[in-house]
Order: sequence, then C-alpha cells, then structure tokens
Amino acid sequence: MENQDISLPLEEQTEEFVVNIGPQHPSTHGVLRLEATLDGETIKDILPHLGYIHRGIEKMTESLGYKQSIYLTSRMDYLSAHINNQACSLAVEKALQVEVPERAKAIRIIMAELQRLTSHELWWGSCAMDIGAVTPFFLGFRDRERILEIFEANTGNRLTMNYITPGGVMQDVLPSFVSDLKTLLVKVKGYLAEYDTLITGNIIFQRRLQGVGVLPKEMAISLGCTGPTARASGVSCDVRKYHPYDGYEKLEFKEILNDGCDSWARYLVRMEEMRESIYIIEQLLDNLPEGEYRAKMKGVIKLPAGEYYQRVETARGELGVYIVSDGTNKPYRMKFRTPCYSNLAAVKPINVGAKIGDLMASMATIDLVIPDIDR
Amino acid sequence: MIQFSDITSWIHETLSGLLSPGLTFLAELVLAGVAVLAMVLVFVVIFVYMERKVAGFMQLRYGPNRVGIWGSLQVIADVFKLLLKESFAPDSVDKLLFNLAPYLVLAVSFMALAPISWAPGLQMWDTNIGVLFISAVSSIGVIGILMAGWSSNNKYSLIGAMRSGAQIVSYELSAGLSILAVVAMCGSLSVHDIIQSQADGWWIFKGHLPIIFSFVVYVIASTAECNRAPFDLAEAESELTAGYHTEYSGMGFGIFYLTEYINMLVVAMVASTVFLGGWLPFHIYGFEAFNHVMNFIPSWIWFFGKIFFIIFLIMWFRWTFPRLRIDQLLKLEWKYLLPLSIVNLVIVAFITIMGWHF
Repeated sequence: MENQDISLPLEEQTEEFVVNIGPQHPSTHGVLRLEATLDGETIKDILPHLGYIHRGIEKMTESLGYKQSIYLTSRMDYLSAHINNQACSLAVEKALQVEVPERAKAIRIIMAELQRLTSHELWWGSCAMDIGAVTPFFLGFRDRERILEIFEANTGNRLTMNYITPGGVMQDVLPSFVSDLKTLLVKVKGYLAEYDTLITGNIIFQRRLQGVGVLPKEMAISLGCTGPTARASGVSCDVRKYHPYDGYEKLEFKEILNDGCDSWARYLVRMEEMRESIYIIEQLLDNLPEGEYRAKMKGVIKLPAGEYYQRVETARGELGVYIVSDGTNKPYRMKFRTPCYSNLAAVKPINVGAKIGDLMASMATIDLVIPDIDR
Repeated sequence: MIQFSDITSWIHETLSGLLSPGLTFLAELVLAGVAVLAMVLVFVVIFVYMERKVAGFMQLRYGPNRVGIWGSLQVIADVFKLLLKESFAPDSVDKLLFNLAPYLVLAVSFMALAPISWAPGLQMWDTNIGVLFISAVSSIGVIGILMAGWSSNNKYSLIGAMRSGAQIVSYELSAGLSILAVVAMCGSLSVHDIIQSQADGWWIFKGHLPIIFSFVVYVIASTAECNRAPFDLAEAESELTAGYHTEYSGMGFGIFYLTEYINMLVVAMVASTVFLGGWLPFHIYGFEAFNHVMNFIPSWIWFFGKIFFIIFLIMWFRWTFPRLRIDQLLKLEWKYLLPLSIVNLVIVAFITIMGWHF
C-alpha cells in the first residue's frame, strides 16, 4: 500500500481500504457505485462504476420512429422530462425546418422553467438530506408537488410528461393555466424564503459546504462540466444565453455565475436559478400569445438525410441531441450528450483528499441523476 | 397526600417482618430493579412515539396514526416485530463480541440510572458520588459500540464505531465540566444534596450566566454523547448506511435502538436534576402564594415535565439541523466547548468563593 510507512513498527503501519458506496446506498440517489479507497476517513481515490441502469435508450431509438423516441427521452433525466422532450423536438424541427407557433414556444418555455423549478426543489431537499437534515426533504417534496399538480392538470402526467412534441405541444393548456401559475408562483416565492430561513442561513450547513469539493474553473472547462456545476466555478455556459431556442432570446434573464468554485457556490447558484426561473415565467404569463399550440406535422416523420444537433439547458446542464438520419422514418443514430455524464467526471478530482462526509456534500451539490448518466 | 417515601418504607417494613435482613435486602434489590426496568421501558415507548410524532409534526406529515388510537400502539407493534425477527449474525462476525455488544451497551445505560432521584424519598442508591458515578458509567457505553463496530467485520460499522469512540470520549469532557460547575457551587456530588440545594431556586436561575452557559454546553455535549443528530456521525445514514449497527437485525438492533432512548432519558434526568431542580417545583423568591400553588403540583409531574422538555429539545435538534463533519465535530469540542468550559469552571469557582451566587 502506498501510504505504508515502512520505517514505523509493524503495529503502527496503516493500510488503505476500499469501500463500495452504492449501488444501493442512501445518498447516491440511484444505482451509482463509487469504489472509494479510504485511509481512515480520508478519501484517496474514487472510481465510479456505471451501467447499473443502462437501458439502451440510444440503441432503442434506432428501431423506433422519431415521435416514439421522444417518449424514451423522458426516461433519461426523469427530473427534466419536459426539457429532454424539448431538445429532441427542437432537433427534429430543425431538420424539417418547421416553424413552431408562438403560443407553443411560450408554453414550452414555461413548462421547461417549471421543470427546472421542480428539479431544483427536489435537489434542495435531497441535498439537505445528504448533509444530514431530514426535514427539508419533506418540504422539497411538498413544494414540488404543487408544480406537479399543474403538470398533471395540463399534460396528463406528473413525471414523464411527453408533452412537448415536434411542432409544438401535445395539447393546449387549460383556460385556468395562467391564473393557476400566478397563484403558484406566489407560493413558490414563499417557499424559497422558507428554504433560506431553514437551511441556507444555518451555520452547520454553510460550514459543511464552504470550501468543500472545490472545482477550479480550468478543471470545470476541461472536464466538460456544464450547468449550475460549471457556473458555480465561474464558467459562463448557459445554453439559453449562447444558443437561444424557443424564444429565450426575447426574454430578459440573468445567467447566474459564482466564482466560489465550492459546494456552497453550487448551492447558491441553484437557489438563485430558481428565482430566475420564476422571473422568466412571470414575463411570459402576462402576454401568453394566442393561436395554435402545434404546427401541422405529418403522421410519420421522416427527416432528410443528414446530421442534426440541438442543445438545450436542462436543470443539470447542457443536453445535446445528435441525430444522424438516412432519410427513413427512423434515426440512423441518435446520440445524447447528457449533462450528468460529464459532471460525474468531476466527482473524483474534487473529492480526493476530502472526508467521507465531504464526498456526500459535493455529490449532493453536483446533483447527479443516475439514469441520465447511463441512458 | 401519600408520599413515595411512605410507600417505600411500608415495603421495607413488610419485607423485614417476613424475611431475614439479608433476604430483605436481596428482595428489595430485585423489586427496585424490576420497577426501574418497567418504568424505563414505559418511558422509552413514550419517547419513541413522541419522536415519531414530533418528526411528523415538523415534516408536514402525521406520523403513526393507524395502530391504536392516534397510532399509540405502533411502538408496541414494532417491538413485537423486532422480537419475532431472526437475530441474524453474518458468518464473518466475531460471534462472542457481536452478541455481547448490545447487552453491554444496555447494561451500562441502566447502571447510570442507579443514583437518580425520581421523587422525594424515591431513590435507589443515594451515594455521595452520584453525579460522578453517572458520568463515569455512561462513558463505558462507548466500549459496547466499539465492540459492535469491530466485531461486525464491516467497513461501515468500523468507521461508525471509530467515529463514535472519538466523539463520546471528547464530549464526555465538556459534559463532565459543565456538571462540575454546579457541583462546585453546591459543594456536593450526591444527587440528593444537589436537588435539596435547589429548594430556594434552581441552579439555572441561581447560578448567574455561567450556569446557564453550563446548561447549554451540557445539552450540546450530551446530545453528542447520545449519538443524536446533529452529532449522529456514528450512524450517519447518508454516509455509513447505519453505522456501527449495520449488521444487526431483530432484537440486536432493537437493543441499540432502546439504548439510544435510555441514554436520552439519563441525559434528560441528569440535566433536570443538576440544572432544573429535579423534582422540586418552580419557586420565585418572595411570591409566597405562587410558590404555594406550585407546591400542589406533584413532584413526579415536575420531574417528568422537565425530562420531556429536554427530550423535546434534543428531538427538535435532530429534526432541524444538518449533521456536522467529523473534523468539525472534534473542532467544536476541543477548540470551543472544552476551553470555554474550563474558563467557565474557573469563573464559577471564583463566584462560589466570593459567595456571589444566591
């Protein structure tokens, strides 16, 4: 063993040992397995093992039509189902050069930002639980439930909505959609204030996150980290700003950046992103365009032969959809560049030398969704 | 009003009339043991139920509400489930230590109950080193936890046990020092004397700021000694799954669970005895009518009320705070609580010598 000091007497020599964290472990939130080499409490090495929830989504798309493939994308990052659907739909629309109605675009953005809110609320609860506070978990779920109710009423589903389709959205929103959302947003703002009083201001919580899991800017860029994880390291990478889609260019919103690089910065970035999402939705609510909710599309979609790429900003980072079409009704190849897979790369470099408790804290703030890694 | 001392002396006289002095002593020991055992088990059942209801209240849910009225029989149902489950031991464990550890932990926490004064005249063992005995004995429990962690032959258990060892040994110091502050003012280690010295006012009110500080330190340190959140590193479920009792099932786990609550009971009893006047009623000097009304409330209500107050505090911590990291935990003790407690003790000694306390 490396750290064995031979000069010491035999009974004082220490050995490293390997602990498997996962695939069944309370704080990996899925079936991720981390093979951690420990020296006492200190982490010497981490080796993530993937593949426990590999469903072959990319391969399955090759034998399914485009519309059917979009259903599968809901199952990748199940906390960003709307945004995954949106990415796929956008790629197909790009290939067919379909003009999406303004109303559909606005509904898509509202749904995507609501999805970001649900995802971050759930993250907030589970993050606090990983650090040892159980109560926030219930609060997070309570608040997410309010948004899921809106999803349920308007799209028919709660988790895997399959609402956004090529050409627009599946069905028009309810007449009460705008008023429902206005009452919801008032509530959500109250919840965010509650989050701050309960956890953000807690000294133990701050000390657990500050200076833990430091991901320097250069490392974040070279590992391909995106989303809040990278923005907390000061990397400006918001796809909604740089490659706007569905009318994000017309909206006014900030890209939340933080130069802290540590877990605390990642926490703050996500908390601030929730407020920014509310702001985005508010801008759209007052002038939701009238008109069609879906452009006319053919029953069977055939993309012209070629390669198409579309990127969107999910709750966890940049999701890229790469479609290679040979002109038939099925994709020749569909590849997803998922944010969690790239962000997972950061787990090892930021945790070597840290304590086991720090591993949980930095894993929580990177916010991995395991089915998104494996697909 | 019937006093507890009347009942105990009646039992003593009846037994002396029937048996020889040696046998009387033996019978009384057995009686006292059974009484305390029953009492403590009833307490634990109430605590577990209370914990779940408090947690439910804080977490926007109901807590148990199916078995019995308001779910009051849930705990009993759970105990039956644990009793019926197989107490499984994996092949690789050290069987002797593995099976012995829960009982050691349990026995130690019961030992700490011996010098407690439950009510006027209701005390098993009025020794002149009562408080010292409690702090000494309650630190033996860590050996049981280390045994459990080591014999389980499981890495999670081992890490949990080592954390627990470091933690209990460290926090024992400030818990002891904060009790010593009162001992210095009162001048006795006997539980009975400490309670009697508070007849004109509890130490937390009589002892100025230093004793209030000691009380806060004691509650923090004893929460850590009980391995309760935010100091539950030994069983940190998001890090170590279940810590030192990962491999235990059935009643082996049940006993560790039981012990956690008995430890909380001991801690609450010591805190209420030393700082809050034990079974003495709340008196304000000079308000004779008020004091007289307070005297009508039975002593056991006072004592149990204080216990439940402190238990509620500890539960409140658990469901509110995130967990500390191991180095932060030790830093809190060795860099902040211990030096401050020592300074505090010096101030208390000075106050006592000058006779500035009430």
